[in-house]
Amino acid sequence: MSAQHTLPPLPYAYDALEPHISRQIMELHHTKHHQTYVNALNAAEIAYAKASTPKERIALQAALRFNGGGHINHSLFWENLAPASANGGVLRDGPLREAIVPFQNTFNTTTAGIQGSGWGWLGLNPSSKRLEIVTTANQDPLLSHVPIIGVDIWEHAFYLQYLNVKANYLKAIWNVINFEEAERRYVEAINGSRL
Amino acid sequence: MDDQCHPIPHYTLPRLPYAYDALEPYISKEIMELHHLKHHQGYVDALNKIEVELAKPPTFDYYAGRQDPEDLQDRIVLQAAFFFNIGGHVNHSLFWKNLAPHTKDGVNGGGVLREGSLEEAIVQYFGCFDRFKKTFDSATLGIQGSGWGWLVRLNLSTGGLEIVTTVNQDRLLAHFPIIGVDIWEHAYYLQYKNVKAEYLENIWNVINFEEAQMRFDEAKKLYEEGRKKSEAGSGSDV
Repeated sequence: MSAQHTLPPLPYAYDALEPHISRQIMELHHTKHHQTYVNALNAAEIAYAKASTPKERIALQAALRFNGGGHINHSLFWENLAPASANGGVLRDGPLREAIVPFQNTFNTTTAGIQGSGWGWLGLNPSSKRLEIVTTANQDPLLSHVPIIGVDIWEHAFYLQYLNVKANYLKAIWNVINFEEAERRYVEAINGSRL
Repeated sequence: MDDQCHPIPHYTLPRLPYAYDALEPYISKEIMELHHLKHHQGYVDALNKIEVELAKPPTFDYYAGRQDPEDLQDRIVLQAAFFFNIGGHVNHSLFWKNLAPHTKDGVNGGGVLREGSLEEAIVQYFGCFDRFKKTFDSATLGIQGSGWGWLVRLNLSTGGLEIVTTVNQDRLLAHFPIIGVDIWEHAYYLQYKNVKAEYLENIWNVINFEEAQMRFDEAKKLYEEGRKKSEAGSGSDV
C-alpha cells in the first residue's frame, strides 16, 4: 500500500497541557497508545499488501479500520490541543466563534453519553455547511463530516487524572482546545477545499 | 402506570463478596472501590432513573391521532440507555462473584481450577488449561474498544464450551456465562496502564473457579432439561 506510518511528534511538551491534562496521561497516550496504533497499522498494511484473496483482505479490514482510525484520530487530536502559551482555550471573535456558541454545552453531554469507547466531534456537515455534534465509536474515523474539534473519550484519555468523573475531564479540556487550529479547519472546510 | 398496580422496578448495587483490598496485589483496592462504588453504582442509578421515565404514560398527540413523535423518539433513546445500563448492571454483578481472593489450592477462594467436570470440559474443548487461557486472553485482548471476554457454555446445540467476546455492556443472550472478564479500561488502567496483557495474566490468580464450576453445573442441568423436553417430542423436528 503506502509508505510506513510514523508517530507524529507532539507539538508541545508532555507537561504543557497541565493542569488540565496531566503529563502522565500525555506520555502514555502519545508514546504508548498512539504508537501502538501506528505499529499495528503498519503491520496490517504489510499483511494487506501480501493478501491475495478477497477473504484474506476482508479479514484484515477490521485491523486497518481500527488502527488506521486510531492513527488518524490521535494525529488530529494532538494538533487540536494547545497549551495556554499557544492560546489554548482562547476562542477569539471570528467565524468559528459565532458558529460554535450553540454547541458548547451539548457537546459535553453528547460526548459523555457515548456508551463505550469513542470520540466526540464538532464537525462540518459538507452539504449543509453547518457545524454539528457527531460521535464515533471506538476508533472509527469521522467520515461524514469535516472534523473541526475532536475529543477522545476513551477511558485512557482521562482516567489516571479524572478517574470515573468524565464530566470534569470534558470541562477541563476546553481550556486546552486549540481554537486557532479549529478555526483554520473550519474556514478551509467552509471554502470547500477539504470537501 | 402507578405504583400500586405496576410497581416500578428498582435496582440495587449488590455487595462485594469480599473486602476491597482482598484481590490485591492482582487487582488494587483503588480499582475495586471505583469499579464497584462508582462505575457499577452508576449503572444502577441510571437504571432507576430510566425506569421512572419509562413508567410515565406515553404522550398521545390527539390532533395527529398518534403518539407524539418527539415522545416516541425520547422513548427509543431511553430504551437504548436501558439496555446499556442493564447490561452494565448484569455484567458487573456476575463479575464480582466471578472473582475471589487468591488461594493456593482453589478452596474457598480463587486462582486454581480444581479437578472436576469443568476442568475436564476445558481439556476436552481446548486441549489443556494453558491453551484455554492463551486463547481466552488473545480473544479478550483483541476487542477493539470496550467490552468483555467470556468463557461460555452453549446451551443450544452441542452444549460445549466456547470463548466469546461482547462489546461495550452487551449481554450474553445465547450463551451461559461461566467466566467473564471486564476489559473496559476502567477495570485495569490505574494499575496496569496500557499493558492490558499484564492485567489479564494477573486476573487468573483471582478468578473464582468454584463459582465457575457451579455455573458450569447449572448450565449443564439447563441444557439437559432442554434437550429432554425437545426429545420428548416438540413435533417440529423433521
